[in-house]
Amino acid sequence: MIAVVDYGMGNIASLVNMFRRLTVPTVVAATPKAMVGASGLVIPGVGAFDAGIREVHTRGFADAIKGAVYDDRIPVLGICLGMQLLLEGSEEGVSSGLGIVPGVARRFPAQDRTAGRLRVPHVGWAELTPVAGGSERSDLAAALLPREGDARRFYFVHSYYADCANAEHVLATAEHGVSFAAAIGTKNVIGTQFHPEKSLGAGMALLARFAGVCLERESSRGLSW
Amino acid sequence: MVIPRVIPCVLIKNGDACKTVKFREPTYVGDPVNIVRIFSEKEVDELAILDISASREGRPPDLRQLERLAGECFMPASYGGGITTREQARTILRSGFEKVIINTASVLTHSLIHELASEFGSQSVVCAVDVGRDIFGKERATILSGTRATRDTPEKRAEAGVAQGAGEVLLTSIGRDGCLCGYDLELIARVASAVNVPVIANGGARGVEDFAAAASAGASACAGGAMFVFHGRHRAVLITAPSRNDLVATLQGHRQANIVMPIEHAAANS
Repeated sequence: MIAVVDYGMGNIASLVNMFRRLTVPTVVAATPKAMVGASGLVIPGVGAFDAGIREVHTRGFADAIKGAVYDDRIPVLGICLGMQLLLEGSEEGVSSGLGIVPGVARRFPAQDRTAGRLRVPHVGWAELTPVAGGSERSDLAAALLPREGDARRFYFVHSYYADCANAEHVLATAEHGVSFAAAIGTKNVIGTQFHPEKSLGAGMALLARFAGVCLERESSRGLSW
Repeated sequence: MVIPRVIPCVLIKNGDACKTVKFREPTYVGDPVNIVRIFSEKEVDELAILDISASREGRPPDLRQLERLAGECFMPASYGGGITTREQARTILRSGFEKVIINTASVLTHSLIHELASEFGSQSVVCAVDVGRDIFGKERATILSGTRATRDTPEKRAEAGVAQGAGEVLLTSIGRDGCLCGYDLELIARVASAVNVPVIANGGARGVEDFAAAASAGASACAGGAMFVFHGRHRAVLITAPSRNDLVATLQGHRQANIVMPIEHAAANS
C-alpha cells in the first residue's frame, strides 16, 4: 500500500488516477495516522515553499515523513514542491525545509547561458539526462530512472530547481537555458522535479517501477540503501 | 532545441464541446469527455479546456464535469471560463488540473490573479488575453468572451497579468479564431517581448509550420482549436493531432522557443 501525503497542496487526483490504472493499492493520507503501515510514500506538491512546509508541519507530517525515511526506511518519492521540501530551504521563502537532502531550491536565472532572456516558470516537456553513475547510488535510483531505450521526456512546471550541496545526490539533469537537477536522491529517498503523474507513459512507467520497489522491499526486506 | 508545446483547446458551451469562428457561431462537436479521452490517447503535450459562455452568462465553472474531464488526462491540462473565486480554483486544481486560466474576473476584480498566484503559485495561473477591436477599430484586450473591449492594449493587459503573478499568458486573436489562416505573428512578437513568462499563441493555427512561425515570433507554446477538430462527411467529427515525430521532423533546425536572442545576436546571425 502506497501512501500519498495530502497536505493540501498538489495534484493528488492525477497521482491516484495513475496508480489506479496501474492497479497499485493507494491511500490518500490526510493525517499521519493514515500513513501507518505504508510500503512507500509519495509527497506531491505544487505551490509556494513556505506555504508547503507550513502545511506539512501543521498537519503533523514533518515527523511522520522523517520517521518513514529514517526509522521505517521505506521508499519515499517527492514530486516537484514535494521534492523541494526535502531540501534545507528555498530562495522562494524563509522557512526551513525537512533537511533530508542537503541543499536549497534556487530560482532560475533571468538569462540563459548565452545571455538570452530565459522565460520563467519553466513549463513544458524536457528530456532527462541521467548522471553518470547515478543509477549505482541506490536501488531506488537504479529502479526509477529511465534506462537505455526508455522514454525519457517528462513534464515540468516550476520556477525553482534543486541545488544539491552534494553532487552525488543529483541523479539526472534536464535543460532550461541552464542545466538543472531533474531528479535527486539518497538512499531510500528520491525526488523528481518533473511530474510523473502528468508525463503520460514515461511517468506511468516510473510510478510503476516505484511501486515495484516498494513491493519488493516489503516482501524481501533485502534491498540495500 | 526546444520544440514549442502544442496545446489543443477544447471549447465547451453548455456542457457540449464546440467550435467557433471569431468566437461566434458555435457548432456542436461532441461530448467533451470523449474528446479529452481521444487527445489523451494521442498523447498531446497539454490540453486547454475553455468554457466559452460561463463568464458572459455569469455562471460558475461546472466543477463536476471538470472532475470527470481531469480524470481522463494523464498529461497536463488547464481550465478557463467563469472562474471568479479562490475556492473554485482550489477545487479545479485539486481535481487534476495543472493550471487555471483567468480573464474576465481579473479585469473586473483587480486582485484575483494576485490572490490565486499567492496561494497556488504563479505556475498554476494563466492570464488569458483575448484580442479584439474596440468600436474605433483599435486592437484591445477584451473580456466576456470577446463581447466587451477593455481600454488596454494586449501588451498592457499581459504585463498587468504577469505583474500580478500569472506564470503564463494565453494570447488569443479573436479575429483569427477558427479561420485557419495562420497566427497573428506581429501580435505574438509584441506581447512576447513585453513579458518574461511563456506566451501561448492561439487563434488561426493550421499546422506545424504555423507552430514554427509562432515560436520564431517568441511564443513558447502553440494552441489550436479548429485544426484539431473538423467535420468530415455526414457530420462526422474527426479529432486529429500531429504526432511528436511530425513536429520534430518539421521543426528540426528551428531555434529555441523558450529563449529570446538579444537583438545584437539576431542581427549578427541574420
